[in-house]
Amino acid sequence: MTEPAVQLDQIAKRFGPFTAVHPTSLDIPAGHFVTLLGPSGCGKTTTLRMIAGLLDPTEGEIRVKGNRVNEVPIHRRNLGLVFQNYALFPHRTVEQNVAFGLKYRNVSKEEAKRRVADALSLVQLPELGHRYPRELSGGQQQRIALARAIVIEPDVLLLDEPLSALDANLREDMRVELKRIQDRLGITTIFVTHDQSEALAMSDQIVVMSAGRVEQVGPPEEVYNTPANEFVARFLGASNIFEGRVADATVDVVALDVPIFGVVPVPAERAQGLSNGEPAKLVVRAEKLKLARPGTDADGAVSVDGVVEAVDYQGQVARYFVRTGESLLQAVNMIDDHPFAEGETASVRLRPRDCAALPGNK
Amino acid sequence: MATVEARERRQPWILLSPALAAVTLLLFVPLLFIVVYSFWLRTATGADVVGFHLDNWQEALTDPFYRDILLFTLKIAAITTIVCGLMGYPAAYFIARAGGNRALLLLLLMLPFWISYIIRTMSWINILGVSGALNSMLLWLGIVDEPLQLLYNQTTVVLGLVHFLLPFMILNVYVSLEGIDRTLEQAANSLGATRWQSFLEVTLPLSLPGLAAGGLLCFVLSAGTYITPLVLGGPTDAMFANLVFEAIITQLNWPLGSALSLMLLAVLGVLVAIYNHFVGMSQLAKGFG
Ligand SMILES: Nc1ncnc2c1ncn2[C@@H]1O[C@H](COP(=O)(O)OP(=O)(O)O)[C@@H](O)[C@H]1O
Ligand SMILES: [Mg+2]
Repeated sequence: MTEPAVQLDQIAKRFGPFTAVHPTSLDIPAGHFVTLLGPSGCGKTTTLRMIAGLLDPTEGEIRVKGNRVNEVPIHRRNLGLVFQNYALFPHRTVEQNVAFGLKYRNVSKEEAKRRVADALSLVQLPELGHRYPRELSGGQQQRIALARAIVIEPDVLLLDEPLSALDANLREDMRVELKRIQDRLGITTIFVTHDQSEALAMSDQIVVMSAGRVEQVGPPEEVYNTPANEFVARFLGASNIFEGRVADATVDVVALDVPIFGVVPVPAERAQGLSNGEPAKLVVRAEKLKLARPGTDADGAVSVDGVVEAVDYQGQVARYFVRTGESLLQAVNMIDDHPFAEGETASVRLRPRDCAALPGNK
Repeated sequence: MATVEARERRQPWILLSPALAAVTLLLFVPLLFIVVYSFWLRTATGADVVGFHLDNWQEALTDPFYRDILLFTLKIAAITTIVCGLMGYPAAYFIARAGGNRALLLLLLMLPFWISYIIRTMSWINILGVSGALNSMLLWLGIVDEPLQLLYNQTTVVLGLVHFLLPFMILNVYVSLEGIDRTLEQAANSLGATRWQSFLEVTLPLSLPGLAAGGLLCFVLSAGTYITPLVLGGPTDAMFANLVFEAIITQLNWPLGSALSLMLLAVLGVLVAIYNHFVGMSQLAKGFG
């Protein structure tokens, strides 16, 4: 295996008595797109700024391509940095902005010109070189900021919520665009966001953080399907979580006894570290909970009847809130010909193989 | 019936009207009097001759005495402005980057304004005068046998002006430094610029409007001063406003004084117009905000 592009070795950051990042270790393989995902204030920016050289870690070591960089000042780290607010130099044209980093590298005038032109066409704005940043839209400014960061051929590209200032449509376009550019250049990228859909759509690896700690690291499907704990389950999309008990744990299947559904046989790879008789939690994603007309064939699914309490239409999908006894279930379903209305009775169904199980509260 | 838009259009004028009335009454009307005065004539008997005479203007514009003093005034103002810029910029930078102590530092900067400008100017006599603090110390230490004549020269005039005007420069530069997004410097650093390079490439150019606004204030205020040269200058250090003072207060020659003061006003007006063309007046407003 090749050496990781970036290694965090037990790095921590304290501001006075407050610990923003607890000791954290992380290996970021070369060429990967890694996302730091977590709610506001969980320490994503702090972690990124330590890698960038804008903050000193209180303890631990940061290595880039195997070399310790803790003492290397930011201007010698050769990293590409993209900020949420673009941070373009307002007194410089687009071309001068993009060429800025080349001034400090041994690059001839012609070479610099060519590389700036290449970078501008890579971000699909080859015509705007002579404009000033204030003459560009937010999306265009962010593309220029990206061009400025990649033109220096950085070892690592660091992006701190680069899409958050854009409006929703533009954000989705830029997401695709950014991923295309990253694939094309194969540049190691660390991306910070609080938006789980961005993280799921773009990343090779997601690092889920909460309150200064890493909760889980893994590819998007893994983090999504088999959350390591309740925090991850709740943070990545809406989840239904039910308290229960392990009825029977075998090599292949862990059967959970959950009051409202009865026994649910969860595949063992989605129910790690559980043994017989222990308390456990059943995790079902809202989009894996299907509403059906009562009395229709359940086709092997576990089902329970409930009353639709509220419906939130969201274009092609509807979010239903269904009352079953004490519990309010959340289901996100495609809208078909006959969506359910408030007050209707529905049969709520789940397939055991879509569920995951977590250790419960002792 | 008044529409919402009409009301919104009217509101600024209603709010401005007391100020506009004051400015009209206290500034434009007297200015008009001065313009009219400058065309009257003063006779040997002391009575003013009403009319349209160009004699005062001819004297003010052709006599080399006035021209030389005008040039001297501009020179003192320029030196003062440059010294204020060189001393004020680092101070403003320090305050802007001082983190938690900023409010205290700004308060300290304002502190001198609580004492009258004249008293602050006179205080230099106690420091630099023949029996002032500095000479007393030098005598006591035995470095000199006779007190030094430190006061009443060009240098002390500049010193007094810098003392008076430095806070204006610092405030203006501070405001423009405050308005610069700190991530710009960080972006420059990440691209390979050292701190000094990113200062020269990013922070300094973006703070030039503040430096220009501070410079304009320092220049205009020092070019129009008469108290500092009166208190701290020697007999040959009279500045242009001293001539106006002399003409009007000492010689009671209002017509000539009016022509001279309009001349200074015109020269400074041209400077302000040049500044406005390149930087714009809104920067100046920020410095007071
Ligand atoms: N310079 C600082 N001084 C004190 N606390 C800070 C500082 N910077 C960040 N913090 C705190 O550290 C925590 C993590 O901040 P940050 O990394 O910016 O979070 P995120 O980017 O995940 O929203 C927050 O609680 C924040 O208030
Ligand atoms: Mg952040």
